[in-house]
Formats: sequence, C-alpha cells, structure tokens
Amino acid sequence: MSITEILFWFLSALALGGALMMVTSKNPVYSVLWLVVVFFAISGHYILLNAQFLAVVNIIVYAGAIMVLFLFVIMLMNMNADNEPQKNKWLKIAGAVAGGSLMLVFVAALRQTETLQAQLVNMGGEAGLIKTLGKTLFTDYVLPFEISSVLFLSAMVGAVVIGKKGD
Amino acid sequence: MPINYYIILAVALFSIGVAGVLTRRNAIIIFMCVELMLNAVNLLLVAFSKMHAANAMAVNPSAIVGTEAQLFVFFIMVVAAAEVSVGLAIIVMMYRNIHSVDVNFLNRLKH
Repeated sequence: MSITEILFWFLSALALGGALMMVTSKNPVYSVLWLVVVFFAISGHYILLNAQFLAVVNIIVYAGAIMVLFLFVIMLMNMNADNEPQKNKWLKIAGAVAGGSLMLVFVAALRQTETLQAQLVNMGGEAGLIKTLGKTLFTDYVLPFEISSVLFLSAMVGAVVIGKKGD
Repeated sequence: MPINYYIILAVALFSIGVAGVLTRRNAIIIFMCVELMLNAVNLLLVAFSKMHAANAMAVNPSAIVGTEAQLFVFFIMVVAAAEVSVGLAIIVMMYRNIHSVDVNFLNRLKH
C-alpha cells in the first residue's frame, strides 16, 4: 500500500466521518466544527490531486472565512442543543432512507461503466500551481473574473440591505 | 488510484448532504449541508480534471491541461461565498422576525 493510498483512505474516512457527525450532532456549534474537519479533509484531497492553489483557497475561504461567519451567526442567535427545533422521528428515518437510496442509485449507475476504470496517475503536474492557474485566469477567463467581482459587490450590498434594521 | 474511488467518495458526501437537508429542521444546518454538497461536486470536478490531465500528458508530455476545471471550481467557490453572505443575512432577518430558525415555522407562503 503506497503512501498515496494510505492518505486517500485516511482523508476519505475523515471526510465521511466528519460529514456524518455534522449531520447528526445536536449542537449547531459542533456541526460547524465538524464541517471544518470535512473541509480540511477535502483540502488534503485537493493536494493529493495536484490542486495546491485550490487546497489553500479552500482552507482560507471555506474553513476560515465562511465557517467563522456561520459560527458568528450561531453565536449571535444564542442557539444550543436545548432550543433545537423538535422533529419527527419518522421524518429522520425517512430522510436517512432517502439519502441512502440516492447514494445507492448513483453508485449502481456508475458501477457498470467501463471508462471509469481510468487511473489517476501520480505525476508532478504543474496544472494546480498558482502560476499556471493565474495565467489562464487573467488571459482566457478575465471577463468571468471581473463579472464575479461585480457579483461580490452586489452580494455585499444585498446582504447589507437585507440585514438593515428598520425599514 | 482509480477514479471510481473519488466518484464514490463524492457521491457519499453529496448523499450525506441531501440526507441532512431532508432530516434537519434548523435553517443554518440545512445551509451547511448545501455547502457540503457544493464541496462534494468540487472534489469530483478536481478529480476529473486530474484524470483528464493525466490522459493528455500521456499523449503530449509538455501539455498543461486541467487548469480549466480548477478555475471552474474557483468560480464555484466565489459564487458560494457570495451566496453564503446573502443567505446568512436572510436567516438573520428571519430570526429577527419570528425568533426561530425552525423551517417548520417558515410556511407563511402557504397562507
């Protein structure tokens, strides 16, 4: 078993376990912390897949900024396990069964295909480095980049307008 | 590493996200499950880009391919960040009005 495979299985177990704990934990704060674990595991997967820039961005943006935002909102609302919305037990079982059947359908549909047997050969690719990505981003994709800045500005203005107190 | 493993991992993460959306009644947790689903799809995109790059490099070793899919993931992250800011503002607004984030109480559009 090579080091890549060991890392793959470890990170996969971490991601799946973190995701399960995130869905099942009663306290929303613990949910956020488990989601941070999942994001770190996914960043590890990105490094394994030669996407170093995305790994760093994932940690900074998701595990850092967005999760702090979530935690801030949860703390602001003063939520804990006590005032967790009361839910039907059958609803939980039905949701778990629905999610499990969705996964079953996906796996069954993808299992038979032959082209999926392609191997991910490990080579020192340059595709994920910030140099190549930046070159592509600022030549071919410069218009979507600028448009996304406008999107960010409008999202910021929209968040301020929505969150403004009083009419 | 066969790509099947990555596909099954992404599918499992996506299904956990779907199950979380269906089972949890807390609006913030539902939002976090949506983030989890986005990340599962991102992981799948990166895995496919790696496979594509490996195939293209076998033909032409000096080619640099696979950057497009990673940029796509980058743009997905950008849009997700914008979505989170607006969505959390909406949730805070909702909490201010009805003092709860339980989606069972959010059926006002029905009446």
